[in-house]
Amino acid sequence: MAQATQDIQTRDKQEVQSPAEPTTPGRVFSPLVDIFEDDQALTIVADMPGVPSENVSIDLQEDTLTLTGVPTLTVPDSEETLVQEFEIGKFFRQFRLSEVIDQPHIKANLNHGVLRVTLPKIGPAKPRKVQITEH
Amino acid sequence: MLIRQVKRWPFENQLNGFSELDRLRRDLSRFLTTPGGQVGLDSPAGVYPFLTVTQDQDNFYIRSEIPGMTMDELDVSVTGRNVTVSGERKIPTEDQQVRYHRREREAGKFRRQFNLPSDVDCDKVEAKYRHGALMVILPKAESAKPRKIAING
Repeated sequence: MAQATQDIQTRDKQEVQSPAEPTTPGRVFSPLVDIFEDDQALTIVADMPGVPSENVSIDLQEDTLTLTGVPTLTVPDSEETLVQEFEIGKFFRQFRLSEVIDQPHIKANLNHGVLRVTLPKIGPAKPRKVQITEH
Repeated sequence: MLIRQVKRWPFENQLNGFSELDRLRRDLSRFLTTPGGQVGLDSPAGVYPFLTVTQDQDNFYIRSEIPGMTMDELDVSVTGRNVTVSGERKIPTEDQQVRYHRREREAGKFRRQFNLPSDVDCDKVEAKYRHGALMVILPKAESAKPRKIAING
């Protein structure tokens, strides 16, 4: 067998630690992410398995970006559990952004449980020039 | 009496409606199998992907979270009571220009094999992959289903 790729390592789902008490039952997990940037944009790719697009929310307030996803997957009570290695729960993760983001042009796309958010920068690279008119 | 005292101290104030004990029980259940269902996993939790196996009277159900796959990269095969879930997760490479700040998502091959407590009807197994979550419904073989015996008086 060609050793082109490595085997995937497992990682336990990381539960979100919050000082606030939950008001709804169920655990909340932090999705695994890739974050990268180029000159134009900052991109966040997050794994949110089981979450349909209508259950994703992306919220940017001041410099805090909040990603939330609610999976539709459930195990009905009529089923008896034989093995449980993971739990289904909400996804939640917050990021503090260090750059100014062009909010109206944020783009998001969800594909088989992978959320990709592109945040275009309004960086110092593009200084706004104020035109002064003279009479 | 003693149990009650032990339970009340010192966690009383930390317990909310969704209690820590509940949580602990669920975590432990990952390492223990229930007496009724001897699901023989190839290895304890630690091999990708994580699975949940349940049953009702007619079917076994396998659920797993495998985000970012396509149908043809994912393979489920069943023989008798043996189930294999395998595939290769690919993460497309980004432009050379980008600078990574975090890389938590992993790509690679995976393969998970295990035995269900009884045989299944291989022809009627159904697998669905939606929103990055896999769900396999495996109807139990007729011989494995509980049979109700009529008692004649």
